Amino acid sequence: MIGLFKVKEKQREQAQNASRGGGASVKKQSAGELRLHKDISELNLPSSCTISFPNGKDDLMNFEVSIKPDDGYYHNGTFVFTFQVSPVYPHEAPKVKCKTKVYHPNIDLEGNVCLNILREDWKPVLNINTVIYGLFHLFTEPNSEDPLNHDAAQVLRDNPKLFETNVRRAMTGGYVGQTFFPRCI
Amino acid sequence: MVLMDAPQSKSRDLDKLLLRSGNLVGPGFFPGTDLRDDIREYVRVLVVGAGGLGCELLKDLALSGFRNLDVIDMDRIEVTNLNRQFLFRLEDVGKPKAEVAAKRVMERVSGVEIKPHFSRIEDKELDFYNDFNIIALGLDSIEARRYINGVACGFLEYDEDDNPRSETIKPMVDGGTEGFKGHARVIVPGVTPCFECTIWLFPPQVKFPLCTLAETPRNAAHCIEYAHLIKWHEVHGGKSFDPDEPEHMKWVYDEAIKRAELFGIPGVTYSLTQGVVKNIIPAIASTNAIISAACALETLKIVSGCSKTLANYLTYNGGEGLHTKVTEFERDKECLVCGPGILIELDTSITLQKFIDMLEEHPKLLLSNASVKHGKDSLYMQAPPVLEEMHRTNLSKPLYDLMGRVEKDTVHVFGTALKNEEKQSSLTKLRVVFKEVDGVADMDTAILRVNSKRKTPL
Repeated sequence: MIGLFKVKEKQREQAQNASRGGGASVKKQSAGELRLHKDISELNLPSSCTISFPNGKDDLMNFEVSIKPDDGYYHNGTFVFTFQVSPVYPHEAPKVKCKTKVYHPNIDLEGNVCLNILREDWKPVLNINTVIYGLFHLFTEPNSEDPLNHDAAQVLRDNPKLFETNVRRAMTGGYVGQTFFPRCI
Repeated sequence: MVLMDAPQSKSRDLDKLLLRSGNLVGPGFFPGTDLRDDIREYVRVLVVGAGGLGCELLKDLALSGFRNLDVIDMDRIEVTNLNRQFLFRLEDVGKPKAEVAAKRVMERVSGVEIKPHFSRIEDKELDFYNDFNIIALGLDSIEARRYINGVACGFLEYDEDDNPRSETIKPMVDGGTEGFKGHARVIVPGVTPCFECTIWLFPPQVKFPLCTLAETPRNAAHCIEYAHLIKWHEVHGGKSFDPDEPEHMKWVYDEAIKRAELFGIPGVTYSLTQGVVKNIIPAIASTNAIISAACALETLKIVSGCSKTLANYLTYNGGEGLHTKVTEFERDKECLVCGPGILIELDTSITLQKFIDMLEEHPKLLLSNASVKHGKDSLYMQAPPVLEEMHRTNLSKPLYDLMGRVEKDTVHVFGTALKNEEKQSSLTKLRVVFKEVDGVADMDTAILRVNSKRKTPL
């Protein structure tokens, strides 16, 4: 290969004297971004879910998804999730947090979401669509088994009627126990 | 032919490799003092990382006859580095690794020039990387490797027959270690698999479910991650956790201890805390020395041709006994980073809309509902509706303008392709080349040439 390097060196000197023509790509590509763009272009969302891009079309790595469940305990509430996709996507799951304060056994008051496919069950074959469906599922079928908010989980388990009341009160804006929930309905 | 009566260099071993022929030499190997001198004068190698592997690499390369080296590392020296990053001493703690490493090697090997760069790899211009003949990697993350791989493979160009242009090939030698295990691989873009071609081989990272951390911890790592991921934000609000800040680490350790006591879990120590939070495995000097030696040797072989190069992935495991194996991985022809893609020749007046229409008819593509991406810029997105609207104004603009008026470049398209009569989701790389057409103003006379043996227009 060294013959090639010597030739390159001479070319380099010549090029430095000449002007630069339009040549090979000067833009940095990212395979992770490509896969993300593809996933986004193939999104097949139910009408209860909408996606928005607060940083415009040039930053698809950070976006928001708004979910408005059409039945279940959380019927008609609007819940906003932020998505942060890393450059190593799809080898790392997107980081998802809930921006809306919600009374839910699987979402804590800081906005952390306990969803298996976001952590231990993430596989590169999954995509943004599956994550959004997973989040949607949290509202139609809240799970008291592995809770992040154990008070909410306990109420759901022992007294579903009270759980329903608490959810309504939280969504319309009010206190559940010591915590105040802003209106989201 | 033995040229041992030629002027001897200080390195007898190097002379044996470079001054005489042999059974294992590569094609195009011309032994002699010219070869030895050319390596010294013309070859420029970049060492990425000045840590465990980087220190060893700098030493090995300098002693292998290379004289023009650069090293880049964004970190400063820490006490825990000193068991294996032998170029550093206690009084160097806090100084930039790249600068101290360069200085020490230059002190010990006469004639070598090492230029240190105390910066992140992402902060360097692409031209910086293009100046080097070979890049040797001593990195510690998938992300960093993926980045450099993308940069190096970005220089690769193909000719009309989809063969890589040899003057655009930028070889890389990549090493990695973890405790007693390590790997060394040779990446020749367009010839051997690149990092992206084999990235799917990595196993998924270990991540604990948040609810286990919050409710049912069972081991010391759970307690540590609880403190790191959940408790930190509860107490510190918006302040982000900095693993390099000893106070932050101590806080996490203290909280982890409290949590462990609450659940009766043994085993939380400060060093385990560091390991779990920073994802580090204790490192030893011997593995690093072995892997760097393999990498430096491959660099010498690639440059001189003095022996056939490693083909192409070496694994080493010294945990119990010693095992090494070399596997020849194959390139992924469809790789989005190093693959040739499909050649498309266009004239400069074609609009984005017309380009998208052409993709549907191109026999190798048959792509409908196409979205188009050029490097970091997304030119058009078919969906979701909010994005489609943001991109709609691009459709009537010439593709040549949208791509920044470069003569040729890589473009990625995705959509639904018809393969074997089945509709499939597809993501393809295209090599777009613009042909100058004199005085063509309207689209009807624009020609799309398909890359095939017959050169007549469609």
